This record gives sequence, structure tokens and C-alpha cells, in this order.
Amino acid sequence: MTTYRLSHLDSLEAEAIYIIREVVAEFEAPALLFSGGKDSAVLLHLAVKACWPQRLPFPLVHVDTGHNFPEVISYRDSQVERLKLRLVVGSVQEDIDRGSIVEHPTPGATRNRLQTFTLLRVLEEGGYDAVFGGGRRDEEKARAKERIFSLRDEFGQWNPRAQRPELWNVYNTRHRSGEHFRVFPLSNWTELDIWQYVEQESVPLPEIYFAHRRPVFRRSGMLLALGPFTQPREGHSEEEVFEASVRYRTVGDMTCTAAVESAAVTPIEIITETALSRVSERGATRTDDRFSEAAMEDRKREGYF
Amino acid sequence: MELLRFATAGSVDDGKSTLIGRLLYDSKQVFEDQLEAVEASSLARGDEYTNLALLTDGLRAEREQGITIDVAYRYFATPRRKFIIADTPGHTQHTRNMVTGCSTADLVVLLVDARVGPTEQTRRHATVASLLGIRHLVCCINKMDLVDWDRARFEAIRREFDDFATGLAVTDITCIPISALRGDNIVERSSEMKWYDGPALLRHLEEVHISSDRNLVDLRFPVQRVVRPIAANELRDFRGYAGQMASGVLQVGDEVVVLPSGFSSAVEAIETAAGPIEEAYPPMSVLVRLKDELDVSRGDMLCRPHNQPSVGQDISAMVCWMSEVALRPGAKLSLKHTTRWVRALVKDIQYRLDVNTLHRDREAPELSLNDIGRIDLRTTLPLFYDEYRSNRSTGSFVLVDDATNATVAAGMILRPSN
Repeated sequence: MTTYRLSHLDSLEAEAIYIIREVVAEFEAPALLFSGGKDSAVLLHLAVKACWPQRLPFPLVHVDTGHNFPEVISYRDSQVERLKLRLVVGSVQEDIDRGSIVEHPTPGATRNRLQTFTLLRVLEEGGYDAVFGGGRRDEEKARAKERIFSLRDEFGQWNPRAQRPELWNVYNTRHRSGEHFRVFPLSNWTELDIWQYVEQESVPLPEIYFAHRRPVFRRSGMLLALGPFTQPREGHSEEEVFEASVRYRTVGDMTCTAAVESAAVTPIEIITETALSRVSERGATRTDDRFSEAAMEDRKREGYF
Repeated sequence: MELLRFATAGSVDDGKSTLIGRLLYDSKQVFEDQLEAVEASSLARGDEYTNLALLTDGLRAEREQGITIDVAYRYFATPRRKFIIADTPGHTQHTRNMVTGCSTADLVVLLVDARVGPTEQTRRHATVASLLGIRHLVCCINKMDLVDWDRARFEAIRREFDDFATGLAVTDITCIPISALRGDNIVERSSEMKWYDGPALLRHLEEVHISSDRNLVDLRFPVQRVVRPIAANELRDFRGYAGQMASGVLQVGDEVVVLPSGFSSAVEAIETAAGPIEEAYPPMSVLVRLKDELDVSRGDMLCRPHNQPSVGQDISAMVCWMSEVALRPGAKLSLKHTTRWVRALVKDIQYRLDVNTLHRDREAPELSLNDIGRIDLRTTLPLFYDEYRSNRSTGSFVLVDDATNATVAAGMILRPSN
């Protein structure tokens, strides 16, 4: 007998596809923010399913900090090639060279916060009125309160006190010219859901998500990869370089994304590790959220992802 | 694994955030770094216990004021179910958040302080849950530790709540004595209240039967998009209707009628990117192809020849008003219902509902922020709708102010108006 029940993953997928189709139907110029991370990989997979059998009717937008993992850039290009997509790249380096933004003088300083300028510039130049993001509400406390259709003003800013109520699945897409929406189809997904879905759908990911050996060192309890932007500091003997089997749970800037020790080389093994993990994804691996208790809320108000 | 969405509501001091913090903590969804951050904050505030409420109070203003100002969504899973919690603020001026949280929920958890008993707030929240079509209500009588785990106190509150709830449309009501602070009857049965023979809250949430709440009888498929990939030559003749199953079951070969045209056809195929399927049911997102080439556009609806929704422009509905500018008869607004936008004229305010007494004030000249009332609307184009009670998808709508683009009301359709 058919029970007419969907699994939680299939329910989440159906919800995300519905949201993506609402955007395609009601907006003039959507775009999809693609970082090459697992959430944007799942988002892209869902967008392709939602628009099938059409080719994706909107471009990918990537903000390139210049500090990206090379594996992530080549993964991005391979997806663009495979799915015959349009890619728009906003370069933080170019904005620095132009003098539009000023980099912190410390070598290897994070460009995380600088991305906001480049992102807003690219969105304005493209005239995008709806921008898909892979944000999930389980990531962080401020995100837990953000709408699926999140309105941004002419300055790209989020105003948490003036959010529209979001009822049923009847999304109010009305906005003034100059305003845009950030749309988060993965709002109700957790990290575990993402991995289970990657497994179920064989979603391709950059290889650095899976365990591999690389030289790393420890800083403030986190494992950082030895690379062009991250090296042990002079006079910090505790930052000793050693080789370890690691993987990344998020793939942000090389300067602010840490690795976790792991032997997981398949999604199943990662699911097992994730289910057992006692440290949150952002807490384990992102130095950028550690500045203050309200770090994410502040950055979102300014127009961050 | 099945998904259960529930909303939580209670007055400011009922310990709602503590309860959620406890559910997340005891079901091991709270990570060490999150707990450390909360412990540090608790210490800084001078709290006696690790303040689990700090796990959910996300925005800075909320932490400063010690209250929850917006709906927050929380996630946890047990081996039996995945849960989505809509954590809604308790205080009066944010009733609209309760409506928002309930709109996507299968179940509502209400908190009552055992020392105080049900308050106006409790009644308001139960009424809102009932209006929003919630079928399962769980009344957690909290702070039992502060009334010496007294059974008589619990029974008295339960009776008082049951008496009130007989006036509501909620069919399934469960009362559980708990202490969110100490974790009694949350995940594990309490050793302090041996007299209570029901399940702990988490067990109840894992087992409550929700699959029969869905409407699998009335086929309603609102068309979201017409998909015609004209660029690809091999798909030149492809014409599919994308949408999410609102209710009912759709099978290949079924006879269907397209509204508003009234033309009928049969289902040629039900497609997904992963391949064709034989039948679709809620909440699946699919692509439907029909045997005949008909003129179908976004906002149209597929249904069965002998089971069609109401079609009309004059509608009577309950609304929760969510704007600081009051609603008066004569207002013209935009209305979104399923996948279509129309304009609507508010012809009349029938009554304002006093959610504490359920009294209907027929003299009310307007609906203000957080008021609930019955209104009559006339729309520019016909809607294809059902009564909200029998179909949450085709019975709900939102009203939007054209000047500000703000969402100003949640609407639940009752019947055609005169």
C-alpha cells in the first residue's frame, strides 16, 4: 500500500524547488551566489532540477577574494562547463587595486569583510533583483531569524527589525526598484541534511571536502593549512607545521577557514563524523565568526551573504 | 524519516526558550562551542544556571532586553523524526509572529506556568493556533518544580485549559507536566512525578500521528510556471506545467480540468528531473504534461472534473492584521493566493474577534495591528479556493500594501460572501 509519505530529504527538496520556481516566475533578473562550497553546490543541483528541462535561466555569481582554494576555483569552472552556465566573477583584488576598498595591512589578513563591497558592486552592475544564497538557519543565531525571501534595501542592507512576516508558502516578492531579495531555499536544511542529500543525489563537490593529507599548523585551537596566505607567525613556537589527514567542513577564504582532522573520504563517512561532531560547523572552522557574539548579525546588516 | 514542524508559544516568563534550549541540549543538538558561548554569557549576566534560553535568543536587541522579538527556526532530529521548531515570541504586540509560526506548523506547543495557570496569553495563543488550522496542541505545564511537583495543581490547570479549549477547533490536546529548567518530562520521564503516566514531551513529538492531517482527497495543482525550453531543438514540443502538489493525488492518465478555462484533458506524464513518475502527492514539486495542448498559464489550477474548488470574486475570510496602519472598509490591496496575484477591495469588516473571550464585536470600525477579524473581499479576478479548514494551501492568502509592499495580513478563507 502506498503511504504517500515523503522522506524529510524529499520534503526539503520539494520545498526548495518550489521556492526556486517562484523566483524564476516572479523576478526579472535572478542570479545564484556560488562559492563552490557544499551548500552552493547543493543549491545549484536543486536549481538545475527546478528548471529542468530548461537550461538554468540565470547566471552564477562568484565573489573571488583572491584567497580561494585553487581546488575550489577549478571545481567552479568544471561545473560551469558541465552545465553550460553563465558565470559572473566579482574580483576583490580588482576592487583593492582600484582603491575602492583598502586591505588590512597585516599580510594574509582576512578579506572576508571586504567581500561585501565587491558583492554589492557586482549585484548592482548586474541589476539582479533576486539573488539565491545557500545560507541555512541552523548555521548561526542571526540566520535563524532570517526569512526565506529576505529583502535588502538600496544599500544591500538587512534590517532585522523590519522583516515581513512570511506565511505558509505564499511569498511576497514585491519590492521597489533598487531593492533586491536574497532568497535562501536551503533555510530549513541542516549540515547533516546537506551531506545526506549529497550522498543521495551524488552531488559533485570540491575534493578538499574529503580527507586528504596536507601540511597544517595550529592557531587558537584551529587547524590552518600551510599556504601562501597562512603561515606560522614569528615568535609563536606553538604554531608548528605538521602533516595531517584533514578535510574542510566549509570552504571560505584560505585565510579564515580551518580544517578538521578526519579520515572521511566519502559522504557516508562524513555523515557519520557529522552526526557525532560536538562542535558546530562555523565554530570549528571559521575564525571570522569569532570576533563577537553578534558578528554575523553585524555583517548581515551591512549586506553580507 | 518523517518531518514534523511545530511552533512554540508562551508568555514572556513561561520558560519557552529554556524548553527549546533543553530539547536541543538533551537531544544532543547543541555543540560544545555554542554551549561554551552560552555559559560565558550566563556568567556575565549573573544567571544562576546555564541560561539555555541564550541558545535561541539570537539578535542583539533580544539579548539586551531578555525577550524574543522574532520567529526563530530551530532544528533537531532523533532517530525517529526530524523536527523544525518555529520559536515564536510571547508578548502581545507580536501576535503576528505566532500566526507566522503556526502557518507552517503541524503542531503547537504551548507553555503554561504551573504557579499561574492559563493566562490571557495562553488563550490567545490557543485561539490563534486553532484559527490557523493546527490539529495538535501540546500544553506543557512548566515549572512543576516550583509547585512541589503537585499533581492536584497539574490536574486543576489541565481542567481549566480543557474547558477553554472545547470552544476551539483543535481536536487533539495533550497536557504534560514539565520542568524545562531541570529537564523533567522533556526527553526522559520525570522521577519526581511518578503519578504522571503519559509520555515525555519528546516521545510525544516523535509519535504523534500527523500523516492523516494532509488532504489526499481533493486534487489541487496550482501552476507555478509553464516550461517550454524552446532553445533545445529536441524538446521543441515540450510543454510542461511546473508546480507543487497542494492536495490530493495525481496519477498518469487522470482526467483533469484546468481552471479558469474549464477545458479538460488527461495527464500524459508526470515528470521530474530524476525521471518520470506514476503519481504525485503533497508536497511534491513536479512537472505535469497534458495530452492536449491547452492554453494554461501561471496561476491556473488543475483539479478533477467532479471535485472542483469554489471559483469566485466575493470571499469572506478571517484575517490577522499585521500593519500599524489600521484596516478600514474601502481599502484596496494586493492579494496573493497560491501562485496568483490579484487586487482586492475590502468591502466590509463583519466583526473583530476578541481572542481572549471569543466574543465577536460587530461594531468594530477597523482592525488594528494584531487584531483578528472577519472581512468580506471582492477581487479583480476569480480565485480558485477551498475553505481553509479543509485545505490550508488553497484556503490561505496574504494581503500586501501597494504603497509599502509590506505584507499586512494573513487570510484564511471561510466561504463565498454575499
